[in-house]
Amino acid sequence: MSKVIVVTSGKGGVGKTTSSAAFAAGLASKGYKTAVIDFDVGLRNLDLIMGVERRVVYDFVNVINGESTLKQALIKDKRVDNLYILPASQTRDKDALNKEGVESVINELKADGFDYIVCDSPAGIEKGAFMALYFADEAIVVTNPEVSSVRDSDRILGILQSRSKVAEEGGTVKEHLLITRYSPERVEGGDMLSKEDIQEILSIPLIGVIPESGTVLQASNSGNPVIMDKESKAGQAYMDVVSRFLGENIPLRFVEAEEKKGFFKKLFG
Amino acid sequence: MGLFSFFKKEKKKNTANLAKERLQILIAHEHSDASLSAPDYLPKLQKELISVIRKYVKVSDDAVNVKVEKGDNFDVLELNITLPESN
Repeated sequence: MSKVIVVTSGKGGVGKTTSSAAFAAGLASKGYKTAVIDFDVGLRNLDLIMGVERRVVYDFVNVINGESTLKQALIKDKRVDNLYILPASQTRDKDALNKEGVESVINELKADGFDYIVCDSPAGIEKGAFMALYFADEAIVVTNPEVSSVRDSDRILGILQSRSKVAEEGGTVKEHLLITRYSPERVEGGDMLSKEDIQEILSIPLIGVIPESGTVLQASNSGNPVIMDKESKAGQAYMDVVSRFLGENIPLRFVEAEEKKGFFKKLFG
Repeated sequence: MGLFSFFKKEKKKNTANLAKERLQILIAHEHSDASLSAPDYLPKLQKELISVIRKYVKVSDDAVNVKVEKGDNFDVLELNITLPESN
């Protein structure tokens, strides 16, 4: 049964596109036919993060408007089998999206045998973000351990629970909290909200914690989803997220501060 | 370097706790009926009422309380004005 998963947050810059790219690549690497769709019409980024920017010919809006077929617009990833990217339009704006059009693309993907359809939401609570979450069965709410992000995540949760299609039909969208840019040292130092704090405030199940990592920038610079960097802690944490999503019980990693170096170690390296 | 940072350790600011408290209060308020169903004009109405009353009586800033009670057929705008203590 096909599942539509929205990666959303409300707040901008917290890691939605990074997470969408990693999550979709992770699912595909486990053998599931996965499509990842960029809903940020006018400001496309997913193609850049995934390194397929030079292969974009047609986009999501072209398909909705019947200017191209879905097959023509979908970009098949060359590194990971089963992974397909549907880029956003760079020149139109969010008014080009409509419920019927989005629904028809999603239904066509389902008919094409896609197991997972990952919707990379733009920031905000306007049309683009709303269209990305409307058809979702499950939601990954990306949150930084920071006040604005937590507040905005709460807001987007409210919208998911009241205005998604599933909610309109009396059901519940399955919600997952994904904390990104986590620094256990700063948490222990008392200057960063802990994962327990955030869970307590937002009251949704935690699917994973991604540590702050320089490898994320390296990944986007090179156009490879960070999950493909086997040495990266962030990449490994994303792999754990995929496994947990698929039902495996994996303890959280990278959430404890590294042991402080003793006095002599500090002095002599 | 290492010796001095040993003494500095007690200066933990613990701003995370402050952030948590602020968020809890804020989100509880944003979830409450008071914030969801209150019409937009209430705060401005409250301010204007205070200035009208002050033409006649000296009242404190929180002397005027305005809220909306939702009923079955109609809503009621409830207004409470606390006059200063009589000497």
